[in-house]
Amino acid sequence: MTDPSAPGLEVRRPMAAGRAIRRSAWTVTIVGLLGALLVVEKLVHPALNVFDMQSLVDGALPLCLAAMAQTAVVLSGGIDLSVGPMMSLVNVVSALLMTHATSGQAVLIALGVVAAVVAAGALTGAVIVATGVPDIIVTLATGFVWGGLALHVMPIPGGAAPAGFAALMTGQLGSVPSGLVVIVAALAFLWEPVHRSPAGLALYAVGSNRAAAYLSGVAVGRARVAAYALGGAFAALGGLALTASTTNGNAASGTSYTLTSVAATVLGGVSLVGGRGGMIGPVAAALLLTLINTLLTFEGVDPNFSLVVQGAIVVLVVMVAGLVLVRRRGA
Amino acid sequence: MRRHLTPAMNLLEVRGVSKRYGAVVALRSASLTVAPAEVHALLGANGAGKSTLVKILTGVIRPDAGTIEMGGRPVHLTSPASAPGAGLAAVFQDPSLVPDLTVRQNLRLTGADSAAVRRWLAAMDLRVDEDDLVGDLPLPLLRMLDLARALAREPRLLILDEITAALPADLVERVFLVIRQWREHGRSVLFISHRLVEVRTICDRATVLRDGADVGTLTLAERTEQHIVALMLGPMATSDDAPCPVGPDTGPQPEAAAPDRASAASEARLLLEARGLAMSGALRGVSFSLRAGEILGIAALEGQGQDALFDCLAGNRRADAGEIRVAGRVLAPRSPYDAIRAGVVLVPADRAHALLPQRSARENIALPLYNRATRWGLIDLRGEGTRAGAAIARLAIDTRAQRQVRRMSGGNQQKVVVARWVAAGFRVVLCFDPTRGIDVGTKRQIHRLLRDLAGAGAAVLLFTSELPEIALVCDRVLALYEGRIVHELPAQAADEATLLRLVHGLVREEPVG
Repeated sequence: MTDPSAPGLEVRRPMAAGRAIRRSAWTVTIVGLLGALLVVEKLVHPALNVFDMQSLVDGALPLCLAAMAQTAVVLSGGIDLSVGPMMSLVNVVSALLMTHATSGQAVLIALGVVAAVVAAGALTGAVIVATGVPDIIVTLATGFVWGGLALHVMPIPGGAAPAGFAALMTGQLGSVPSGLVVIVAALAFLWEPVHRSPAGLALYAVGSNRAAAYLSGVAVGRARVAAYALGGAFAALGGLALTASTTNGNAASGTSYTLTSVAATVLGGVSLVGGRGGMIGPVAAALLLTLINTLLTFEGVDPNFSLVVQGAIVVLVVMVAGLVLVRRRGA
Repeated sequence: MRRHLTPAMNLLEVRGVSKRYGAVVALRSASLTVAPAEVHALLGANGAGKSTLVKILTGVIRPDAGTIEMGGRPVHLTSPASAPGAGLAAVFQDPSLVPDLTVRQNLRLTGADSAAVRRWLAAMDLRVDEDDLVGDLPLPLLRMLDLARALAREPRLLILDEITAALPADLVERVFLVIRQWREHGRSVLFISHRLVEVRTICDRATVLRDGADVGTLTLAERTEQHIVALMLGPMATSDDAPCPVGPDTGPQPEAAAPDRASAASEARLLLEARGLAMSGALRGVSFSLRAGEILGIAALEGQGQDALFDCLAGNRRADAGEIRVAGRVLAPRSPYDAIRAGVVLVPADRAHALLPQRSARENIALPLYNRATRWGLIDLRGEGTRAGAAIARLAIDTRAQRQVRRMSGGNQQKVVVARWVAAGFRVVLCFDPTRGIDVGTKRQIHRLLRDLAGAGAAVLLFTSELPEIALVCDRVLALYEGRIVHELPAQAADEATLLRLVHGLVREEPVG
């Protein structure tokens, strides 16, 4: 509260109470929407069981991780058009290396791949910062590089992944789909530590207002590089999820994830100009988009048409949110 | 006093600092010393180099030459992050708080001690909820928060760049209270302000910059405001005569201010009338009228509401209250399109805002014609060419680089902007600092052009950051201060010294001589 004796200093708060809820209103809405849709599915298909949940999570896992990769970069004020091709590259490289590996070796290979992709992400960020070329152009170019490399490594689908490794990401842990465990672990052990650290603060700051962040003494370049490195970690996990769920490598497997990751990021309440949003929203949005797809397929809707529905939902939600925002500002 | 015990020891010592951007010299050679326990003012007219020096002192930009010492030790600032280590902290003109983070997060971002920040806020009788988003806070509170954050770093020298500009009077008082406490604790402040009254209230000494160099340091208690203004103006302030060409670069005047100009205009038709224009925080009831054939000057320091005034006349922003009439008809423009159709056109300060840099001069000139010159979709190239060609000839635009406007010189680009309206036709032209960053020869051409336009029956509203221009081209001038017109005078009486006093809000002071 501000000293009421000072005129012109009243803080404008559209709602007196529930500030925390208001600030995460978008995330709450998307999670609520997801829950509602799950209930609908349960009503329409009373036979829904753990196995269906399993297939939903397995199907959504690569998109969830791609959305997290995109979100890390978008929050810092950038955009990464190389998420999809990078996932393809990770998919083919890991499938190739894991062809004759044991599960233990496969885990080591996976760790190595993640480390390499983090480095590649950092390099992308460094190029953007050093050259001043817009993010969208640099990542478009690196996207071509990753996609080309993926085709070079594996012109036709091939490779394999040991069953143990596949189960680690797409199996079951007790009665919980292990994909859910991967998502929660990625949130808890990759995102939260960064989110709560000075580095995470810097990431939001450079996305929100780069000039103000610079004047506040934030190492702007370093924060942007870190965002791309973090995005790389998520993209690598996304590529590994493709390997685990398909148990082979395919240079085209990741292609669609670039734009769907942007859709999930926007649907998840992250501002495309940076600085605003969280990580839970995009993950929920990725699950939502996958669930809608599944539902429509169940209903026998032409899969091509379900893309139309997905697109319409993204536009609708963003538009409604925009109108709510305009009304709140105008009030 | 402390200062007198160690007279040789300066806290800050800046010697011969210079900075140039390409061909533009922002700072020629500036020197400045600040003693311990001193509040030192940095003064100068627009473009004197104040903000460049502040940016150098805070590590935002690096100087080309010169040295900076703090407490006798050389300081090399590479970025704003390195300033605190040297004992420097600044409150910038633009708030340096990140809007999408909470207050608490912003404090953590700079490693500020939030208990200390709270203490300083309390000292100013303010409290802030640290969980509020910075973007939700009103601007005056942000400035105070910025100040508290800078104070909490306990710098040896606090740099305040126009901190009072956005503050209501009672908050200014609280800022001064804190500055005085700060000085009592033996700390120093570098205080940058346009408001001479405030400078005299709070500062001990002042260093005056002119044309990128320091021209004197004075003890404020011993000097009057007139002295300070004289120093800011330089030698030509001694001549009290009305329109006097300034500096070596002005050359012969365009048919020097004819006294009958104003009287002839007084019978002409009213083309633009503004009544009680108000916009929150920027404009507080601005009224004036402008006749055909008249050039009305607006003199103001930066940020006195001139941007808002031009924006609402041109339809970029809507006024909260007030009325605009063009040739007697009410104009309430929702966008520039409406204003242009009513014959009110804008020549903005930043040519980049007006031009399509990669297109030809002709296309740029023809752009507003597309409302008219098209017939069912196809551009009437011949009609367009004729009109654009006529405008190019009339304005004597150098067409050697006309295939891409971005390759033209700044002056020629500005002429293209004007030519566009000449080709399209207009009644009122709003010129916002049209000669900024333009060479002297072209400047003179633009002055002549404005007079020609007025001579042909147009009404011209001219804001210029170069005060001598007003006497050269205008018929009348309005002084704008804090969103109000504080004075109106004929251009003949608008010598630079008078204007400078007026734009500093010193209305009651009679001009010298």
